[in-house]
Amino acid sequence: MTQLLASLPGDDHDVAVTATGAALVETSGAEEQISVASQWRLMWWRFRKHKLALLGAIVVALFYVAALGADFFAYSNPYDSGSVRANVPPQPIYFFDNGEFGPFVYGLKRERDTATLKLIYTADPSVKIPLQFFAKGFEYDFLGIFPADVHIIGPVDGAAEETIYLLGTDIQGRDLWSRIMFGTRTSLTIGLAGVLLSLVLGVVLGGISGFFGGWVDTLIQRLIEIIRSVPVIPLWLGLTAAMPKDWDILLVYFFITIIISFIGWTELGRVVRGRFLALRHEDFVAAAELAGSSTRRIIFVHMLPLLTSHIIAATTLALPVMIISETSLSFLGLGLRIPAISWGTLLHDAQNVQALAITPWLLIVAIPVIVAILAFNLFGDGLRDAADPYA
Amino acid sequence: MIRYLLRRFGLALLTIWAISMVAFLIIQLPPGDYITTYISRLGEAGTSTSEQQLAILREQYGLDQPLWVQYGKWMSLVLQGQFGLSLLYVRPVADVVGERLALTMVVSIAALAFTWILAIPIGIYSAVRQYSIGDYVFTIVGFIGLAVPSFLLALVLLYLSFVYFGANIGGLFSPEFEDAPWSVAKLMDLLGHLPIPALVLGSAGTAQLVRVLRANLLDELRKPYVTTARAKGLSEQVLISKYPVRVALNPFASTIGFVFPTIVSGSIIISTVLSLPTVGPVLLAALQAQDMFLAGAIVLLLGVMTVIGTFVSDLILAWLDPRVRRARAA
Repeated sequence: MTQLLASLPGDDHDVAVTATGAALVETSGAEEQISVASQWRLMWWRFRKHKLALLGAIVVALFYVAALGADFFAYSNPYDSGSVRANVPPQPIYFFDNGEFGPFVYGLKRERDTATLKLIYTADPSVKIPLQFFAKGFEYDFLGIFPADVHIIGPVDGAAEETIYLLGTDIQGRDLWSRIMFGTRTSLTIGLAGVLLSLVLGVVLGGISGFFGGWVDTLIQRLIEIIRSVPVIPLWLGLTAAMPKDWDILLVYFFITIIISFIGWTELGRVVRGRFLALRHEDFVAAAELAGSSTRRIIFVHMLPLLTSHIIAATTLALPVMIISETSLSFLGLGLRIPAISWGTLLHDAQNVQALAITPWLLIVAIPVIVAILAFNLFGDGLRDAADPYA
Repeated sequence: MIRYLLRRFGLALLTIWAISMVAFLIIQLPPGDYITTYISRLGEAGTSTSEQQLAILREQYGLDQPLWVQYGKWMSLVLQGQFGLSLLYVRPVADVVGERLALTMVVSIAALAFTWILAIPIGIYSAVRQYSIGDYVFTIVGFIGLAVPSFLLALVLLYLSFVYFGANIGGLFSPEFEDAPWSVAKLMDLLGHLPIPALVLGSAGTAQLVRVLRANLLDELRKPYVTTARAKGLSEQVLISKYPVRVALNPFASTIGFVFPTIVSGSIIISTVLSLPTVGPVLLAALQAQDMFLAGAIVLLLGVMTVIGTFVSDLILAWLDPRVRRARAA
């Protein structure tokens, strides 16, 4: 039997699903394959059909790779400032030199506008600065543990800070690409603690609400309704501003996620409650009860595992909300504050339209924000559709 | 019906109470009581306060009494319409906030109207012509609309208009009307300025509602009664607008309760980007200056406003959907 299964085209489930009218032998084999496939395998099959969700998953994975290796992908020190390279517009990196592979950038020519006295940078085609991959640059701890100084790209000799301006620099001459890499790390991880807490709150309160019903259910449902009908942004603003100004950035950071999660759990709570209500009257729950299982055992061993996929989907959809929250709060200057680097604090620099007209490249930060939220939403949507493969 | 409304009304009161607690918490959180802050502020401004005045203030807010007494005193003052003094503007909070609160309401309702006017036809089109090119285009635009935080949309629009037209699209009034008393001309000017903030604020909600309506309508369209009506020779247009759309619209009304708070929330951020004269910029300034009386009052007022909006939407829902009207409280 196992050999028969192994000989089947393991990935060709599309055939399996649609092949009811095809040759009898193939059909029975394919049906067999479906009926013995585990829940997770069925979910994967269904998820895979959703091409946009698959794309979203890949993009999300790439974002987290960037977040983990932010200091490797950043070629310049994101804190290193210099007035001689303030507001440099983006300069391309060239990978081919006269048809041969050999990355280089052009040198910068600095001129002063005689009327406005502003520094104007132009590429100088007569100066080619050769680059190399895995070049040495500023020192950091890879993954926070291993001391390293290798970066994805850098000049053969000299400092990256003074040669490469892939996305330009800000008013203090700090490299935007490198800052975006560090911002990615902050913005994608700040939500995690909050989502985790929302997850716990949502599962516990939603579970209690759905399992016990009665007045507990009514109470929790009213609580959810109240929280959902409150305009949240003014509340966050108030609470974050009420935190002492002399607190460490990290502490503020942590408290913001906590505050966000106290509001964020409601959606998950509703999902979990709905599923618990549906499962409560299933035969296997009654059987477990008759067999003398404790309530705790019934909830955690028998019911919760059935919800795992729903919970994962809801969590994925909660992350972009966290990203938007952090970005908006920091953008207003009430979330993370300098020197912390996040997408929100980077966008904070782009707040002034007059300044933006001079340095429009600062708006580039909007691209990773939008792409990340889009990818998370697509990924989460696909997960939600796949969460119940028997439907 | 009456039972449903009573339940909703009770919930609204409960929500307002919860919000008032949080607003009070916001006022209480910063170190020191607010009278101390008040004195130091007034001192900085060069005004001195007499001991007697301070004693009256202390008594008024019950500062030497336990927290719940302070909360009670604050609430009873608030109920009389006394929100205290703004340290930032050195004026009563009610004066600072009054007109701005009304404008916040105007902007929010405009955004809600925009959401509906756009979402209903698009949702119907997308469902009736499922998998057409138009449906795909709307789906993609909708997903992007959901992914762009509203303040980013505002920022990009502001930047583009500044660079390409040299015009500032921010604000709710032209400069000549800013301080002018209300008149028909000023009202027209306001209406002319509303579309941009409404578009920015309503974009995410529109995308969401289009998805909801499309999914609901698709479910309805597959039901047998639609086939029956078609078999009886009803024209497609009359059929769709008369039956499935009406059913599919019901969840629409019930989502106002969630959409409205989001819009009010969003207006705070948008207003600072587009420099709209709503309560948003004042709230931000108050928070940055730790003017907690002003901030707490704004949070409370916004909350109350949202709750009223939600309650009105509940009324509309009850009027629209007989199932809600006749349902017994579970």
